[in-house]
This record gives sequence, structure tokens and C-alpha cells, in this order.
Amino acid sequence: MAGVEIRNLRKHFAELHAVDGVDLSIRDGEFLVLLGSSGSGKTTLLRMIAGLERPTSGEIHIGGERVDGDVPPRARGIAMVFQSYALYPHRTVFQNIAFPLEAVRTPRQQIEEKVRWAAEMFSISRYLDRYPRQLSGGERQRVALCRALVRDPKVFLLDEPLANLDAKLRNTARDDLKRLQRRIQTTTVYVTHDQVEAMGLGDRIVVMERGKVRQVGTPQDVYEDPVDTFVATFVGQPPMNLLDLRDPSLPPGTLLGFRPEHFLPRSGFGPGEDVRGFRFSVRRVEYLGSDRYVYGSVSESDTPDATVIAKLPGTIALAIPEGETHEFAVPRRALRYFDAATGLRRRL
Amino acid sequence: MTRRDLRRALKRTGLYAAALGFMLFAGFPFYWMLITAFKQNRDLYVGASDLSHVPWIFNDPPTLEHVRLLFGQTDFPRWVLNTLVVVVAVVAITVAVAVPAGYSLARLAGRWGERMGMGIFFTYLIPPTLLFVPFSRLISLLGLQNSLGSLILIYPTMTIPFCTWLVMGFLRSVPWEIEEQAMIDGYSRLAVILRVAPRLIVPGILTVIVFTFTLVMQEFVYALTFISSVEKMTVSLGVPIALVRGDVYHWGALMAAALFTSIPLAVVYNLFIDRFIQGFTMGAVKG
Repeated sequence: MAGVEIRNLRKHFAELHAVDGVDLSIRDGEFLVLLGSSGSGKTTLLRMIAGLERPTSGEIHIGGERVDGDVPPRARGIAMVFQSYALYPHRTVFQNIAFPLEAVRTPRQQIEEKVRWAAEMFSISRYLDRYPRQLSGGERQRVALCRALVRDPKVFLLDEPLANLDAKLRNTARDDLKRLQRRIQTTTVYVTHDQVEAMGLGDRIVVMERGKVRQVGTPQDVYEDPVDTFVATFVGQPPMNLLDLRDPSLPPGTLLGFRPEHFLPRSGFGPGEDVRGFRFSVRRVEYLGSDRYVYGSVSESDTPDATVIAKLPGTIALAIPEGETHEFAVPRRALRYFDAATGLRRRL
Repeated sequence: MTRRDLRRALKRTGLYAAALGFMLFAGFPFYWMLITAFKQNRDLYVGASDLSHVPWIFNDPPTLEHVRLLFGQTDFPRWVLNTLVVVVAVVAITVAVAVPAGYSLARLAGRWGERMGMGIFFTYLIPPTLLFVPFSRLISLLGLQNSLGSLILIYPTMTIPFCTWLVMGFLRSVPWEIEEQAMIDGYSRLAVILRVAPRLIVPGILTVIVFTFTLVMQEFVYALTFISSVEKMTVSLGVPIALVRGDVYHWGALMAAALFTSIPLAVVYNLFIDRFIQGFTMGAVKG
């Protein structure tokens, strides 16, 4: 087992800076999630750790050993699962899982034992004689994980392994994955663009944008204490509301941010609570079962048309008629401030 | 019967009618070849003088006279053998060169690979009629005139460029990730190329073989340029030279020659047809 150290890592494809100076320290046994939209450089970063892409500059250390030079993928002690699973189409499930063991000339009997053990773990023992094309998406995904597991890698690299599963299966697969990682305690780097996956799986999340790391922190840090407006609006569904208020009590050029679930009818707060009130003209209400999303605008805003969203839990039964103005409020402890020019967080 | 059933039935009928049409279109030349090869000359050369004559059936009993002419009075078996020698050699050379070339251009050469592939492909577009003059100088320089060696040397200049390009195109449909996975799973790049990749590109290799086979079997211009003795000729050259004498066409024997060369080919193609169409990587990626 081993941690991964990344120092000032860059990858340039001609003009495009896919990964643009990343420093990252992944702890031994940690489940780290790289979160970003497509083109943020998260997959390129993962492929450089795997050795499938050669860095333009910078260093990668796995388990204290520098690997960014000529250490080929097979010698890095890693296992990877691709989004497409990359199963060998002409090999059975058994042969697929046995493949990495055959490559290092493991004795036949040991291969047999190990494959059966891993298949048992993912409950795919029944399918060992089938070919990948005869399996469902979820079963293929488990075969790919099995194949990664039998190598006893120092680091697991997972590139959106759940992206091709349907929504229902994804939840259980996520749970399986997390339980497995807790059990075997192997350092894991997991790439995704799905923030729910990132929040649910990661011990820590790395938010990436255009080749740069915007924030590294626990899911709670990233959600509650975003370092800039990008992270604030990228993480969270619906995103954080950002308002440009002409508020004399704030320094000029300050954006006010708050999460939709903190933006609630004033009547819901006690008289002693420290809140900031808004006059919220409601345009539309979306009923989503467990929640209601209320879309509208706030008149104090510098751009009065900008959409502000409130997320009301099902426990608030208060009727919110569309087209009317309501008294809403945000607890002051839930307010966040950002610099309008740079987008960076301001601590007031 | 509801309207929907009716429409479905009509659709089916239309489909079968179209399929039947194509089948007749493809099968008719074979049928024509078959009956011409075994018709008596009397039956064959009636022409327009007798309007009651039906050309697409045997009016007189079939005969083996043309087959006897083909095998007895020409070097046909020899030509078949020559063709086989050339085909096997050219296929071997083409596969040995084009498959690794296509693989490296598609997988290892980065952005330049695509452009070089196009460049190689363009050389295929230069017509043989432009090239056979310089080629004949080269062949005589090498002392290969009037030998099968000249054809074995020249044909790959046509097959390799096209097949390299073919393999590149095929590899684009094979996800690179499977090979990357093998590199992570413990193989070196060389081992991946030698042990993993070939299995993934079998259909591509088969296509290369078939293309080369077809091209060599039907080539005429270079064979005519470089081969002068009858016993060194290939089928595509020997048959028209021996069986078209001045303005006399030995149609029966010509068709017999065409028949005996095309039937084994048709059988071989049909054996492999599934492999070309089969989505060999299906199930390997995505759900």
C-alpha cells in the first residue's frame, strides 16, 4: 500500500494545457475523487498516474518511488478500471480476471484460487465461463473491478466506472465500491463528473477546472466552504445562489452566496435567529416530491432579473403562490462572500 | 387482418422482392457462365438468326468439350498453380508489412500517423498504366523479367498502401483502451502488440487477405508487361491470351476457366463473410 505524490505536474497537447501545474498529495489508503466537467483534465491526470500519458513536466511518486520517467504502466503497481471496462472480448470472464496474473506467470493453481476468491467477492462466480458480450453492463463492470482487484495493486485508478450503468444500479454499485475499498484499504483515485458520486464516495474531493485544482477537501469542506464561485456553483444541486447586492455594509465588489436549501420563508425562522431577509418575487414553483424548487428573483439585487432558487423540503407545507412576492430569509451563518472580480472567497 | 398486419405483410413482401432482385442480379452471371461452359457450340452460336431459340437453357445436351479444350490444349492447370504461388507470396508480404505499418501509424505515431497514412494511400491512386514503364526498367535491372518473381515484387506496391490504410481505419473501430488495459495488467508494449493486438484485429487482417487475393487474381496489365512465356503466366493473363485467338473467342472454354477459378473463391468468401460483418469487439466496451 502506498500514497501518491504529485508535484507541479503538467501535460500540454500543443496549445492546450490539459493539466496545468497540479500539486496533490494522496494519502495511503485514501479514497480520493477527482471531480470536474469534461475537459477539466481529470482523466489526463489519472492517465499520467497510470503511465498511459507522459507528463510534459512535473513529478509523480507512488509509494515513495518516482515513476514519471520511464517506468511503464505495468511496473507502477497500479490497477485501472476504464469507463468502457476494456474487457478482452475473446476471453471468458475467468480468463479476463486471470489475465494480469498470467502476465506475471503466477502458478496455475494460485490463479484459480485468486480468481474464485475475487469472483466470490463480487458475486460473479456464476458467470466465469461466459464471454463479456453475454453479460449485462453491471456484470461487466464487476468483472473489470475483479480484474483490478486480483493484481493486489498499491493504487486503484478508476475512470468513471459507474457512468455506463443505469441510475438504479449505480446506487448499489457505489455502495459496493465504497464497502470494498474500506475493507481492502487500498489507495484509490476515482475520476467522475458526477458530484453525487464524488460526495458519496470520496474521503476527499479534488475539484478541477481547466487543468487546475480549484479546491481539495472533504465533501463537507467543498460543499460548505467553497474557495471560489466556480466550486460554489459546480458542487451542489441546484447550485449556490450568487447575488450582486448594493449593500453599503459590504465592501464594494462583493458577491453574496447562499445555498438554495438555506433560502427559506421567513416565517420558518424563530424571532431570535440572526437572519438576512429578502423580498423574493416568485416566478415558478417546481414540485419534486421530496422537495420544492422555487424560482424567482430578489429585488435588492444589482441585476434584478437574475434567477434565485430556493429549495424547500417537503416538511414545509406553506403555500407559495406563483407571481407573488414573499418574505424569505437566509441564516447569517450560511452566507458566503466572494470577490466579484476574481471569484475568490472573501472572509468578512 | 388488421391494417397494421397488412402493412407488415406488404413490407415483408417488398423486402423479399428486393432481396430476390439482388440475388438474381448477383447470381445471373454465374448461371450464364455455367451454361455457356457446358453448351455445345451449335447451341451457343445460334445468334439472332433463329428467333425461336431460347438462349438461357440447354437446347442440346450439355458437353464437356470446352472443359477438355481448357485442360487438354492449354496450360490452364499450370496457370492456376502460378496464380496460387503469386497470391500466397503477395498475401504473405502484404500482411507482414501492411498490418504492422497500419498498427504503428494508427496507435504509435500520434497526429502524424493519420497524415502519413493519407500520404501512403495516395500512392495507391497512381494508375498502373503510368507505372509499368519505370517498373519494367527496374525489373530488367533486377533480372526478373519473365518470372513470377517480378509479379511478387510489383503487386505489393499496390496492395500494401491500400491495406495499410485499411488496417488504420479498422483500428479506429477497436478501442485503444483494451490494449492500454493490457499494458497496465502486466504486458510491455511489445508484448501487447505481439500477443494482445493480433486477436483484436483478426477481422481487419482477413479483410486485407481478401482484398489482396482479389486484386492479384484479376490483375492483367503488369502480368502482360512482365510475363512472356506461356508456362509462366497467371490465370488472368493466360486464359484470354490462349482462348481469344484473333477475333475468335472460345466462349465455352473461357467461361469454363472463369467458372473453375471463381467457384472456389466464392466458397472461401462465404466461409469468411461472417467474420467481416461480425462486430468482433461488441461486448468489450460500453453497456
